[in-house]
Amino acid sequence: MKILVCCGNGIGSSFMIEMNVKKILKEMKVDLDVDHADLTSAKSAKADIYIATRDIATQLEGLGGEVVTLNNMIDFKELKTKLQSVLTQLKVL
Amino acid sequence: MLKVLLDILSVPAILIGVVALIGLLVQRKSTPEVLSGTLKSILGFVILGGGATILVGSLNNFSPMIQQGFGFQGVVPNNEAITALALKTYGTQTAIIMGLGMVVNILIARFTKLKYIFLTGHHTLFMACMVAAILIANGFDGVGLVILGSLIVGLLMALMPAIAQPTMRKITGQDDVAFGHFGTIGYVISAWIGKLVGKGSKSTEDIDFPKGLMFLRDTSVAIALTMGIIYLIAALAAGSTFVETQLSGGQNYIIFALLQAIGFAAGVYIILAGVRLLLGEIVPAFKGIAEKLVPNSKPALDCPIVFPYAQNAVIIGFLSSFIGGVVGMFVLISLKTTVILPGLIPHFFCGATAGVFGNATGGKRGAVVGAFVNGLIITFLPVLLLPVLGELGFSNTTFGDADFGVVGILLGNLLKLFGN
Repeated sequence: MKILVCCGNGIGSSFMIEMNVKKILKEMKVDLDVDHADLTSAKSAKADIYIATRDIATQLEGLGGEVVTLNNMIDFKELKTKLQSVLTQLKVL
Repeated sequence: MLKVLLDILSVPAILIGVVALIGLLVQRKSTPEVLSGTLKSILGFVILGGGATILVGSLNNFSPMIQQGFGFQGVVPNNEAITALALKTYGTQTAIIMGLGMVVNILIARFTKLKYIFLTGHHTLFMACMVAAILIANGFDGVGLVILGSLIVGLLMALMPAIAQPTMRKITGQDDVAFGHFGTIGYVISAWIGKLVGKGSKSTEDIDFPKGLMFLRDTSVAIALTMGIIYLIAALAAGSTFVETQLSGGQNYIIFALLQAIGFAAGVYIILAGVRLLLGEIVPAFKGIAEKLVPNSKPALDCPIVFPYAQNAVIIGFLSSFIGGVVGMFVLISLKTTVILPGLIPHFFCGATAGVFGNATGGKRGAVVGAFVNGLIITFLPVLLLPVLGELGFSNTTFGDADFGVVGILLGNLLKLFGN
């Protein structure tokens, strides 16, 4: 299972969110593949879960994976809750 | 033995690998992680160079068209492009300055009130590169170059977030996250202008605004689109005879121009992929070490951090900044100097951010006027920056964002003063 975090350039914001995702997965003791990418690359990279802030998240719909939309990219709690619910839905947890 | 070691360390790609290696070892990663992390950083550097080669090919066809068609030198600001070009010459110095600059940033955060840790790694790389180029152009080398360079970069990494923090508190409503992007001076000016003009103006978020322009957040699409238009205008101005006999080897000039523009976007895409790999290990190491050594540190993050807080201001800011860039371009044409062409990327990221900052202090009016002024700033600054960059000043692309301009112009001219 793969999680892809996206932002416009794929080097700044998405990278920060990715580090938080990894931290949360470690807490949950789940071992998943996490990576970050720009929007162009995201469209050709297969992932089971795409994560982005709400200003660009709609561009990730229809790629075949679940889309997690964040209102606030630095809100650790929001990320954790949303990640938990999508992982439960996909029966990882 | 020493000679072999020095030879190895003077290869920038390997030096970047060493920086990553140190970061991974300090974090006590497992052997496979250390190995793959180090290799990926080296790989990133080499990929970045490959992107630069593609980009240069496209740029080399661009400037003759502009020269022929309009009779002036046209420069397209693009941080990724200029850094990738500069790294071919200043790679070693940049790598050392970037690594030590991060150390200086941690030391400043540890021992002073500036608790900011600058996590926007690509901007650290760009800044290290520009500072190296300017110092070298002014005759610095060896230990002196590295020490002065890393002090400047490290200081900027702690100082710029501090300047932005008062407005950041207004935007995010909290104080534990900071803003780390070297366009800060433009944003702070935008916020200041917002305060001046924005009395009584409603927030941009109270209006209904079409989100149709959001596809431009996709960097490659945005670059291909703007460069397509710019190259097309250049080719039309230069004329089919000139392009087809001098540049394209007989290929239709319109098709040639469009393909060159796509080539430019492809070059930037590859450079970004390289930067992503290069930073993949270095930034987490930097963050991990900083969190350990500076417990109450504030992470300073890339500019899209503020976008979700004011999505309309993002669009308004981009448009307004772009118009500023176009107005600025015409001013430069009439002044008969080097002309800075408006690029979508600097105007999108910097303009959008300036819009959010202007909105935070002055609502709609603040966002419009603040971002417009930001657009003018990032058009005029590069003109003054070019002469201090040494050989790099002749490469038809340059650093775009405000802080590069302000820091570069100040540093270059101060050094010239001391030199005399």
